[in-house]
Amino acid sequence: MKIGVVTFPGSNCDADARYGATVTGNEAVQLWHKDETLPIDVDVIILPGGFSYGDYLRTGAIARFSPIMNEVIRFANDGGLVLGICNGFQILCESGLLPGALIRNENLRFVCKDVHLRVENSATPFTCAVKLGTMLRVPVAHGEGRYTAPQETIDRIEANGQVVYRYASPTGETTADSNPNGSMNNIAGIMNERGNVMGLMPHPERACEPLLGSADGVSVFASLALHVAHSILI
Amino acid sequence: MTDTTSVSEIPVTTETARELGLTDAEFDLVCGKLGRIPTYTELGIYSVMWSEHCSYKNSILQLKTLPRSGGRMLVAAGEENAGVIDVGQGYGVAFKIESHNHPSAVEPFQGAATGVGGILRDIFTMGARPIAALNSLRFGEPDTERTRYLVKGIVHGIGHYGNCFGVPTVGGEIYFDRCYTDNPLVNAMAVGVLRADRMASAIALGKGNPVFIMGSSTGRDGIHGASLLASREFDSLTENMRPTVQVGDPFSEKLLLEASLELIDAGVVVGMQDMGAAGICCSTAEMSAKGNMGMRIDLDQVPLREAGMSAYEIMLSESQERMLVVVEKGMEAQAAEVCAKWDVPFVQIGEVTDDGHVHVSRYGKVVANIPAQSLVLGGDAPVYIREQKKPEYLELTTRPVDHGPTLHEKDCTEILKKLLASPTIASKRWVYEQYDSQVGDNTVIRTGGDAAVLRIKELPGTAVAVTTDCNSRFVYLNPYRGAMAAVAEAARNCVCVGAEPVAITNCLNFGNPYDPEVYYQFAEAIRGMGDMCRALNTPVTGGNVSFHNESQQHAVFPTPTIGMLGLIDDVTTVIGNSFTSANEHIILVGWQRSELGGSEYLKTIKGRITGEAPYIDADEEVRLQRAVLAAIRMGYVTAAHDCAEGGLLVTLVEMTIGKGLGATVNIPFDHHAGHVFGEAQSRIILSVPESSRVALLQILSTNDVPHTMLGTTGGTQLVIDGLLQQSVSDLRDIYENALPIIMAN
Repeated sequence: MKIGVVTFPGSNCDADARYGATVTGNEAVQLWHKDETLPIDVDVIILPGGFSYGDYLRTGAIARFSPIMNEVIRFANDGGLVLGICNGFQILCESGLLPGALIRNENLRFVCKDVHLRVENSATPFTCAVKLGTMLRVPVAHGEGRYTAPQETIDRIEANGQVVYRYASPTGETTADSNPNGSMNNIAGIMNERGNVMGLMPHPERACEPLLGSADGVSVFASLALHVAHSILI
Repeated sequence: MTDTTSVSEIPVTTETARELGLTDAEFDLVCGKLGRIPTYTELGIYSVMWSEHCSYKNSILQLKTLPRSGGRMLVAAGEENAGVIDVGQGYGVAFKIESHNHPSAVEPFQGAATGVGGILRDIFTMGARPIAALNSLRFGEPDTERTRYLVKGIVHGIGHYGNCFGVPTVGGEIYFDRCYTDNPLVNAMAVGVLRADRMASAIALGKGNPVFIMGSSTGRDGIHGASLLASREFDSLTENMRPTVQVGDPFSEKLLLEASLELIDAGVVVGMQDMGAAGICCSTAEMSAKGNMGMRIDLDQVPLREAGMSAYEIMLSESQERMLVVVEKGMEAQAAEVCAKWDVPFVQIGEVTDDGHVHVSRYGKVVANIPAQSLVLGGDAPVYIREQKKPEYLELTTRPVDHGPTLHEKDCTEILKKLLASPTIASKRWVYEQYDSQVGDNTVIRTGGDAAVLRIKELPGTAVAVTTDCNSRFVYLNPYRGAMAAVAEAARNCVCVGAEPVAITNCLNFGNPYDPEVYYQFAEAIRGMGDMCRALNTPVTGGNVSFHNESQQHAVFPTPTIGMLGLIDDVTTVIGNSFTSANEHIILVGWQRSELGGSEYLKTIKGRITGEAPYIDADEEVRLQRAVLAAIRMGYVTAAHDCAEGGLLVTLVEMTIGKGLGATVNIPFDHHAGHVFGEAQSRIILSVPESSRVALLQILSTNDVPHTMLGTTGGTQLVIDGLLQQSVSDLRDIYENALPIIMAN
């Protein structure tokens, strides 16, 4: 599987995303924010974490106007797989590929720590390698990760199974304590209705080796690889 | 050159020189070097270049007594922006620590943020990609609103800069003590990895090579940050100096990092230096002097934030996120292309000359023409021997303290709980969770352990350990011993994760060097540091001196912060400081001595900072570290923790808290406070499975290191015979909740 990782000015997890892709057995290529075309053979596009354009206006608000975003949106509309991690999730929301918004953490402080995620939908290209309800330990690192949307949007994405990950206790209860940022319904990651675009605040690319504390992030890359392999067969 | 005087904006006299911080004798020296009265711009240049911050005029003679060379050092101390250690296979690790105390006191958020930005530039200007940042912080007691404001602002500033730039902040330390109330300390350390054959130097070479300014435009911020703000004590006027604090932009710095590394990789760079203290002034002078060359600089080419800035302001501006780059002639276009890719401004402002002068013009007229050598350390910058006098307070404080009361379960439990809740000992989670500690995918052990550990991706299996340490109470009570202990503790922390200590960087925070009692502290601390560094074979690769940390006639505790680098050949042998398995032996390794001097116990329980600093013997320390490192590398140990603040009991609590695994312990010494809570040096507590016990004891006896069997891991309680019986989760709640409660006030 070939994964393209976009580098925006101020992206700082782009190298980590390429590393995560590579260490899980995939090929990774850097995509440049000024590019107006995509390589024809990428299977997945990752919008990585960081502080695109310094996030001085509103997180992701400027990055979405980068030339490459037109191509990313076209790719997504054609059914291509797009994964937004942290700042990438924020950019996906700003660009309208995902519903809702990510606002400042409830306690107004940046937070970096390991969280536990409960897999809420395992019938997605991003989670198909794990069982429903699987618990993953993955780090978060963000100041603006509080997922928010109008109640009808929340109701809709819940009903559609678009909530992919929820913050939970190690034993799987969605408690307030396990929610690091005050996200509505403990939402950590969502996908679009079609199921080919996902955004999440935690960093699976930082959890791909036991040496670094957890290898649970491998599940995302493994699921994508599984999905892509089957797509080719079809 | 005589036409310079004709464009001098402001007439120059001894008075003007004094206002800029030069003494009358120094002003005479300037006139002598130039053979004339300097222009106002020239005077400004001398005043910053001869400030302590840039010239080390009051410290260099002492610093030269430190061991500054050693097998693994790739550049000599002080030669480049940061020290570099050989880690094998053509790779080096650059690391350095630097203070940003005064700016952080005046404007905590920006002061701390730009401290981080400055030290990161020191690392990547050499061609190293930063892989870690650490911060050593000192505050007053957090019972005042102002101190809490400083803590919040400084922590936020550090986090903001490092998180956005994309370097993991992995460690450091925080102490609280009344003496830092007006003058907090912010010492920022950065660590980076480079390829030795691509190391960039801060040098100007090759007549006719173009000189570029790269990065942000130049504004009026930070003028005289180094010479005035950093070179005086705090008083009622300090608040007015907020404009001398720079404003940081981590986003620009991230772009500057990528562009700098790509320029160096492209092979177009002759030399490069970041603009920190004293801006264009310092970078042009130091790069010229280092290459025995000169530079012709046209200030009209410098991109400015405001029209109408004078030559003086442009030269002295400390606007952040800028580099001075000498490019190989003919490769300008290639260099410009790299900078355009990263949207980083890149403008030629001059060229290298061979006359040894820094020649500066503004509006087409010469405003400065100074021999570069006359400005720099190692050239003609003044060097002073300062008077020393043993401080009077030492007569009072070094009176011996006794062993304290014999403790029983009730009072011991109460004391322990107070210590666990004291802000210096309590968990710093509230702070470090605000720092991204993992970006870069290298962090093996992050904040909270004895030392942080980062693997080096380029060298599979290899990792580095990094830590900062200084118990300034010990230095205050005995500058010589205290500095020895600071080096020893830093090394011990590296050993506890399984790393071999290899070198240090230091950040020397002291009061006014013109006060003989302060200078005694400084000289004695340097002597102790040197002795311990020689014993441990950990040379000093560089660092920073920060004097004038005083307010209202009171100096802060002398605080020579040590940043230590350790090496790990096999990252799979790394261990942490929490008990991991039940039914293991808990073994105290080293010399148990009953000592209460300078302890957290005396401070928190008795309200006194007194006594003699703990005994330390370099030979014992070396043997202890050698034995423990060997045992960890052989895989005999599952957890190791240095015995430090709070002594034996606090160390045991910390080892149980991590994984919630309890222990049953018997302390086979008299149960007086000196044994239980004393902070004797050269002690490490290990957790060792029965299968390794004999082999471990063999290593200890070979190295002639004593040990005491303390007990066994297991259960959910920490039970200490006759002293304590508490659930680990209760102890953890006290330890974890203390700082959040304080900061919520």
